[in-house]
Amino acid sequence: MNLVRIIIVRLATTIVTLLGAAVIVFFVIRVVPGNPIAMMLPPGATDADIARLTALYGLDKSIPEQFVIWLTRALQGDFGTSISLRQPVMPLVLGRLPATLELSIFALVLAVMIGGTMALTGTRFRGTRTEAGIDVANGVGLSIPDFLWALVLILLFGVLVPVFYVSGRISPSLDLPFVTQFYVFESLVRLRFDLWWDLLKHMFMPALALAIPLAAIIGQLLKQSLKETMHLDYVVLARTKGYGENHVILFEALRNAVLPTLTLVGVQFTFLIGGTVIIERLFSYEGLGNMAIDAVINRDLPLIQGIVIVFALLFTVINLVVDMTYAFLNPRLRHA
Amino acid sequence: MQPITRRTALKGSAAVAAAALLGGRAAAQSIDELVIAYNVNLPSWDPTVGPSAVNPTIQGFYQSVFDQFILQNPDLTPAPGLLTEWGWNDDKTKVMMKVREGVTWHDGSPFTAEDVAWSLTRAADEKTGNPIQFIWSTLGNIKAEGNTVTADVVRFEPTIFKWMYFLTGYVLPKAYFEKVGPEGFEAAPIGTGPYMVDKFERNAFVRLKANENYWNGKPEFDTVTIKFVTDAASRVAEIESGNAHVTLEMPYEEYDRLRGTNGIGGVAEPISDIGMIFINDVDPMLDANVRMAAAHAIDKQTIIDRLLSGYGVAIDTLQTPEYEAYDASIKVPYDPEKAKELLAASGFSPDNPVKFKIQTTRGFKPKDYEMIQAIVGLWRRVGIEAEIEVYEIAKHYELRAADQLAPAAFYNWGNSVGDPTTSTGFAMFGPSPHSVWDGQELIDMIGPLWGEADEDKRIAAWKEVDKYVADNALVIPLLQYVQPILHANGVKVTPHASGALLPHLMTRA
Repeated sequence: MNLVRIIIVRLATTIVTLLGAAVIVFFVIRVVPGNPIAMMLPPGATDADIARLTALYGLDKSIPEQFVIWLTRALQGDFGTSISLRQPVMPLVLGRLPATLELSIFALVLAVMIGGTMALTGTRFRGTRTEAGIDVANGVGLSIPDFLWALVLILLFGVLVPVFYVSGRISPSLDLPFVTQFYVFESLVRLRFDLWWDLLKHMFMPALALAIPLAAIIGQLLKQSLKETMHLDYVVLARTKGYGENHVILFEALRNAVLPTLTLVGVQFTFLIGGTVIIERLFSYEGLGNMAIDAVINRDLPLIQGIVIVFALLFTVINLVVDMTYAFLNPRLRHA
Repeated sequence: MQPITRRTALKGSAAVAAAALLGGRAAAQSIDELVIAYNVNLPSWDPTVGPSAVNPTIQGFYQSVFDQFILQNPDLTPAPGLLTEWGWNDDKTKVMMKVREGVTWHDGSPFTAEDVAWSLTRAADEKTGNPIQFIWSTLGNIKAEGNTVTADVVRFEPTIFKWMYFLTGYVLPKAYFEKVGPEGFEAAPIGTGPYMVDKFERNAFVRLKANENYWNGKPEFDTVTIKFVTDAASRVAEIESGNAHVTLEMPYEEYDRLRGTNGIGGVAEPISDIGMIFINDVDPMLDANVRMAAAHAIDKQTIIDRLLSGYGVAIDTLQTPEYEAYDASIKVPYDPEKAKELLAASGFSPDNPVKFKIQTTRGFKPKDYEMIQAIVGLWRRVGIEAEIEVYEIAKHYELRAADQLAPAAFYNWGNSVGDPTTSTGFAMFGPSPHSVWDGQELIDMIGPLWGEADEDKRIAAWKEVDKYVADNALVIPLLQYVQPILHANGVKVTPHASGALLPHLMTRA
């Protein structure tokens, strides 16, 4: 019953959040310097040409008028037409979203794997040089931002030992049988491991760049939680029953220690998706972030709005899922 | 025989793993599919409408797939293309164009004079959204008969045929476009150009197949993949790792570092882009001494040598040596003493400097901000204290269109047809939305030249305008850019002075 109430409340706040994001973005991008019409003026354009172009893109009306028109159409599913790409906004944005989602999820998986391994290893060898080494690695991972990791990885695995692809999402020479934009998922479903492998070789470096800072956070927090849990009575009892240290960590302590990490991972996942904007650009990965940068450079107002709305929706959905998962896993909340 | 140690075994395993992972890489030694890492995305396929149509950096894509009315040689000179002959009648009231026969569209249908007439009519129709409509609309009553196209001159435009190999000057397929509509054309564009679009992934790549029936000869590479790699460091990594055979627009230091190493060659030639400082006719730039002092205080060659590794050509007018109205005799020499004298005449000195703001982009063009920093340093020595404001290029366009630029503002200007109207004309003619100098004297000089029918007289008059502009320092031209291109040694790249990187001009070395 509580879960249902939480969902209803969160859905209501989601609508308010989206509306707020729409209002802020709509007005801000029209107030900041940079007029899309001025950017496309040809040499020799007259005042009449400027007026004609301004009217053509509906920018001759007041900003509140423009907003009302945009909102009315958006509620009917029409988010306008991209100025630079000359295509309807929403199909463009939704077409790119799967690429960003796949990259983000892959990065999350890597981060959990790396961070989890570091935390478990650090706990298993607590008080030794191994733990000290892991702490240093965590510190380095945290102190270097993802875009710098990206440049380091490009140098390492793109140039010095060129084992991964530097740019793109899949090799252009491959013919794709896909009907969806979820290439990784679909390649597995179709048992096309050649395509899956190619996709992975393209995704690995951007995903790892995104994953390293998050892995460091996970590693640090989970290790701390595990260390605290290791002193609890039930863990001591497990030890006295004769269970080995590995069993105690993996099957007794981890389940309780993982809850705070889970919440953090949920929050950090939204940051990770935000990080795709720069990372996708660096790796020329054809996702939503890369498109967002082009949209901003070109002052493509309808496209910027569409991307922000989709990002906002994505973030609220992720937060909702995290809250639900936490509520489901945590008996104190579930029975409150 | 050396014993196998753990280290050598690990090295061997790594090499095997690397070789396995590298399978399918673009190898420089035998190039079947040419891969180009391009510095910009291709937003849209219709080369005649929308912002893409007037974006000089993506014209190379368009020229690979579509033909322009008139071909442009790599040295910017015109050559017969889809039009084999063109010109006015004696009293310049009509234009006549002969259309090449035996050309086919990528779908196999014949290219005709009707396509040319339709493309011109469509470009002139303001409802189509062609940004250069104001030029195309100077022709009317466009008709095709046999292989000849005729049109009435509504308003004499001396550069009309130059626009036929400039922005939006492309011939599109009438029957196909009318059949599939703008959206269908965007999804599956066809042209008469050297390459056909095989596959297009927005924001990722375009794969082109050679047009076997290209009227100017089948291009050397059957397949060309152009990857959109907007980050310069990634482009360098692409060529360095062998993932791409050709790339362009990287920092000059990287160009120097990689050229001649590891099977990579390079070509760096001047292109039609220039760097300049707009002067707005606001205080203190209304004082001619201040403007001229600012111009004479800049040591362009040293800036080029030190900041751009020597890759640039110092210029003193808005014409580069390849342009028709270039006049080598017009000089604005580096003369800091003269600059000091000029400033002293207006009561300024290093101790009592004249102050104004200079705007610049940062990273939009090579070393743009650093150049302005250097210029501000040089100015300081003679008695000019300039405050630098960094802005985005989008803001520059907005401010310039509104005539609200700072007293000085750095910008780059492209003019791939080399006509003075599209350099000095549009940049300096007060009523133009691209000009910020509104002096009446200059307007009176330029005004009559728009419709000047005598070509020799027209070019001579533009040179006079350039001399007037230079003598009065109404703008500060800085340099002509050099475009760095890196390529695998297996490829021979012919650079185009327009800056367009054209795969059909590439051959096997």
